[in-house]
Amino acid sequence: MSVAATLPAWNPLSMWYSDGWTVTKRNLIKIKRSPDMLVFAVIQPIMFVLLFSQVYAGAISVQGTDYVQFLMAGIFAQTVVFGSTFSGSAMAQDLKEGIIDRFRSLPMSSSAVLIGRTNSDLVLNTISMVIMMGTGLAVGWRVNSSAPEFLAGIGLLLLFSYAFSWVMALLGMSVKSPEVINNASFLILFPLTFVSNAFVPSDTLPTPLRIFAEWNPVSSLVQAARQLFGNEGTAPVPDIWTMQNPIATVLIGISVMLLVFVPLCIRKFASISSR
Amino acid sequence: MTIIEARGLTKTYRSKSGPVHALAGLDLSVPRGSVKALLGPNGAGKTTVVKMLTTLIRPDAGTAFVDGIDVVADPKGVRRIIGVSGQYAAVDENLTGFENLEMVGRLYHLGGALARRRAQELIDLFELTAAGNRPVKGFSGGMRRRIDLAGALVINPKVLFLDEPTTGLDPRSRIALWQVIKGLVADGTTVLLTTQYLEEADQLADDIVVIDDGRVIAEGTSDQLKAQIGGHRLEIALVDAADSDTARGILARLGDGEPIVTTDGRGLEVAVNDGPLVLQHVLAALGEAKIGLHDAGMRRPTLDDVFLKLTGHKADKAAQQAEDAELETVK
Repeated sequence: MSVAATLPAWNPLSMWYSDGWTVTKRNLIKIKRSPDMLVFAVIQPIMFVLLFSQVYAGAISVQGTDYVQFLMAGIFAQTVVFGSTFSGSAMAQDLKEGIIDRFRSLPMSSSAVLIGRTNSDLVLNTISMVIMMGTGLAVGWRVNSSAPEFLAGIGLLLLFSYAFSWVMALLGMSVKSPEVINNASFLILFPLTFVSNAFVPSDTLPTPLRIFAEWNPVSSLVQAARQLFGNEGTAPVPDIWTMQNPIATVLIGISVMLLVFVPLCIRKFASISSR
Repeated sequence: MTIIEARGLTKTYRSKSGPVHALAGLDLSVPRGSVKALLGPNGAGKTTVVKMLTTLIRPDAGTAFVDGIDVVADPKGVRRIIGVSGQYAAVDENLTGFENLEMVGRLYHLGGALARRRAQELIDLFELTAAGNRPVKGFSGGMRRRIDLAGALVINPKVLFLDEPTTGLDPRSRIALWQVIKGLVADGTTVLLTTQYLEEADQLADDIVVIDDGRVIAEGTSDQLKAQIGGHRLEIALVDAADSDTARGILARLGDGEPIVTTDGRGLEVAVNDGPLVLQHVLAALGEAKIGLHDAGMRRPTLDDVFLKLTGHKADKAAQQAEDAELETVK
């Protein structure tokens, strides 16, 4: 008896959902079985919260609030941005190992591998986020806003990380080896997260860096999270639209990333093959 | 009735040293229920053909149909009826054998229950029971290949593509995998396999297509190809190069082809159809002519012999070039 003959007819939507979920589950099993990755996702945020809050708190003063309150939104943003790079290196790794060829030779939904990838990285980022919040609360961080605002802040950070995962996934499919993506993201993301308002108020920076920091999308993300957590100081916010309206800016940014990179990723995926 | 029909497949890659013609107008047809082997050296274009027919890469020109479905226009339709097992086992290292097969079953849309049942059947069939619940990471090369092959059989595919199924395996694992493939073939599955080994094509295939530089250079059954190069190769090594011409005459008379003489005149080789008998006669004739021998023997023809005969160059171009360069310096 042919197995194929017994197959039920699937509609595209349930196929898309089922395939996406199958690949997500595969990625989550992978994460569970690579303890080094899980430890990294857990330890790194704890380390950053403790390092910055304990080492710099005495040296950096922020107008109208203490450094730990100011810092946490910055650490959140930095961690989710770095967490998204995993989508890129994991795509590159899958391509190298040939499993992408296996997926592409199956009659599955053409976006399922990408959906599964970005979904599982969202799970990983959420775990990091919960751990960071716990650590933050332990060192004196407090949320000074309403519960809906707090949840909106968390949602915004995770949504940003999800959209950014698609950007990194495209990069991961375009490079020759997983090592390239690790090195490249290091070179791009360190300046992007550090030359921002994440760790110091941007008005303390020399002029060229200050201008970069003010227009840096990470600054808008940090500013939006600070607003939603009620952690802003009284320091004046730079008088540019993106910083005056950080939540709107981040929402626009997320939409643009998704609208541009989801189709690009799906198109790229349809033509990639190992070797 | 053919199940695979390809015409004029062309693929050109850009490289630093100019365009590389991976495929230069390749035609291929595979009858339903038969086993066809694509035989050729590394870089001949075998994998490119398989990748095109399995919808992984698009041809620059040409058409290909699998069971009447256009691979370019309806890739998903093709994917529904084929199974693919590649040169580098495409299995997930962190998943167990069972989880790998279940995942593939779900992605063929068998549904959870059927996917699990099928995974278990294949684990049993491929005698992977002991390893089914351990991550693939710890498996041997042969076991990985079996999981990968099992993945290609989750549905009973109409066409099974095997890209160098035994490359890199030790002889014992290779023979074990041949047994598995022979079993599938006996059940009537159409198989297209690629290989660098004449012996493998001989063992598994009804029909062999020899390809080189992205085109077909010969096609036929194993016997037809061997008839061109002889069933065996008879080789002798002379003590004295002065006997070369006499020995050549004897080989030409008793052998079934044109003898080849090495540049130093001491090594001679000829294709023979009835190896052992001809060897006896050759040794007797050489003894009568009082020609001294260092060595004499027979061997089965290799891919190199097929290539040398068909193209005038060896299968391994790097080795051929090195040899040519050496000859240049000797001169």
